[in-house]
Amino acid sequence: MLIENLIFITFAVTLIASAVMVVFGQHPVRCALFLVLAFFAAAGLWLILEAEFLALVLILVYVGAVMTLFLFVIMTLSIDFEKMKQSFLRYYVPLGVILVCGLVTLMFYITSHAHADLIKLIPMQHVPADYSNTKALGGVLYTTYAFALEVAGVLLLAAIVAAISLCVRDVVDSKSQRVDEQIAIQPKDRIKIVKM
Amino acid sequence: MGGIKRRVLSMPFNIPNFVPIIPELFMLSMICVIIMTDVFVKQEQRIITYFLTQFTLVITALISLSMFHMPTTITFSGLFILDPIATFLKLLIYIAGFFVFWYSRDYLGVRSIAIGENYILGLLAILGMMVLVSSHNFLTLFLGLELSALPVYAMVALWRESVDGSEASMKYFVIGSLASAMLLYGISMLYGITGSLDMRVVANTLAHTDLSSNLFFMFGLIFVLVGIAFKFGAAPFHMWVPDVYEGAPSPMTLFISSVPKIAAYGLAVRLLIDALPGLHVQWQQILIVVAILSMALGNFAAIVQNNLKRMLAYSSISHMGYMSLGLLCATPDGYAAGLFYMLAYAIMALGGFAFIVLLSKAGFEADQVSDLKGLNTRNPWLAFMFLLLMFSMAGIPPSVGFFAKLGVLEALIGVHLIWLAALALVFAIIGSYYYIRVVKVMYFEEPEHYKPFTYSKDLAVAMSINGIAVLYFGMFPDSLISICRAAFQ
Repeated sequence: MLIENLIFITFAVTLIASAVMVVFGQHPVRCALFLVLAFFAAAGLWLILEAEFLALVLILVYVGAVMTLFLFVIMTLSIDFEKMKQSFLRYYVPLGVILVCGLVTLMFYITSHAHADLIKLIPMQHVPADYSNTKALGGVLYTTYAFALEVAGVLLLAAIVAAISLCVRDVVDSKSQRVDEQIAIQPKDRIKIVKM
Repeated sequence: MGGIKRRVLSMPFNIPNFVPIIPELFMLSMICVIIMTDVFVKQEQRIITYFLTQFTLVITALISLSMFHMPTTITFSGLFILDPIATFLKLLIYIAGFFVFWYSRDYLGVRSIAIGENYILGLLAILGMMVLVSSHNFLTLFLGLELSALPVYAMVALWRESVDGSEASMKYFVIGSLASAMLLYGISMLYGITGSLDMRVVANTLAHTDLSSNLFFMFGLIFVLVGIAFKFGAAPFHMWVPDVYEGAPSPMTLFISSVPKIAAYGLAVRLLIDALPGLHVQWQQILIVVAILSMALGNFAAIVQNNLKRMLAYSSISHMGYMSLGLLCATPDGYAAGLFYMLAYAIMALGGFAFIVLLSKAGFEADQVSDLKGLNTRNPWLAFMFLLLMFSMAGIPPSVGFFAKLGVLEALIGVHLIWLAALALVFAIIGSYYYIRVVKVMYFEEPEHYKPFTYSKDLAVAMSINGIAVLYFGMFPDSLISICRAAFQ
């Protein structure tokens, strides 16, 4: 039990520390890398909760795919982060710190008063060592949660349509040649003879 | 190993009842058809996309209408519910969506905004709202909320030449994500205590819990309420409303000011009435604060606005305050009054923002109050329609806004919150100043030039329907009020 607590605290502290660093980090690439660390720590917490499949998927999808793309985007953009940072540090950080302090106080107050009830309500269920998370998920994903799965699919479709409609700008401002029009052009379209 | 395997394989699986989700299925199939059609039609033929979109909305509305008297059905293992409230809200969403697309067609065409994508994204958002108002599980509720919000963020940024539009979209996106995160955090708290995402199970667990010893429910409730208030755009979570409404292209403002608000009412109904009825004493108190702040801030801030869009944005904040007055009564009468207020607000917001769309020309946005100067001499009929809308927003009889306010106040008096009703009345009187100022500018000030308006006939028809609806439902509100009541029986 003691070791379990120790592991939990390690991961939790890592998670919070790296999340803070994402906000306060000096360089955007470093911020993104700290976000990766935050995902790792969160995956560790999920492992403690015996959700192995989700923990692995978190690392595979978020660290492997999403964050890699994210890093590429940050590297290819040339934004003056220093300038953005200055107004951010001056105006928003003090406000944010005050808000977070208030929220944390509230949370501590509530957890210290209601902790006993929470444990009473749902005890953590330990499953045997050969229990397969993946199989359990697979059993319900396309049966019990089929509707939610489909809605999530439509959400991805919406994201694709939104991303394409925001990025493809051929109609408005592309500078491509229109060969057929160039060939079909007549002299009278190009030259206008003005009688003096 | 064997035990688990058997359990997984022998899990009972029944084919769910597909009948309640026929509107959603039809909408989704038509969205796919429209996407494919839009890919292959030429730029000049984009009107096909428009007509397909409107056709989809009409047919879906007819399907939903035929389900109006179906008994309450829960299907897809408790993920989806079809009840009168869901059907009624869906019908309102279709009608509002239909008018938004109708109003925005000319505006988009003139400004080379990606027309096809606008309709497709709009339909996807409407599909998300349908899922949202029919959710019976926090999972589908959240998915529906995201599906209804994500396409709208993109819609606001669709007009690429408008820098304000991109900025508004960014703000809307960040604030919207924050609201979703708050809501999700609250839901995770509720899940942590009850161990279930099913709304009925949550409500049952809540009924058997001693609330005085369990602050976690309160903790979750506060975050859920923050999320709801963000989506309504009610004070003190209103900061995004004026900026986004002003920055977004007018047809998008028209969309976000009307359709998602109806869905947000569905969100509040599902979360507060279906899942957390046991906490009504607590959410009543919080909603009282939200309502007073929204009414005060919305009405006072609107007085000093010279930008028409900004003024209407603040006015929408105050309307959200009045709407939550109905919700906080925590009685069926109160919910019905809130629903009727939402309906009236949707009609008025549609008309109000559509007016800006209608007056705008290529390269000219009629979004200042001074642009309306002497409108009566330039186009008396249009001025009269806007007069009706303004009077309705102020709550002057015989308009639908009057009955909406009356219903809410009646419900408040029914639960002995007379001081709140009196306060609401005071704010309504303060608010009537800026609505009547617009009327004064239209009727009693000299126009800057006397050129009559040119706008398409079909927009004039839509505007007239909208204005007359305000008057008609103001004079004969009985049928609508009784439908609202029946939805909560």
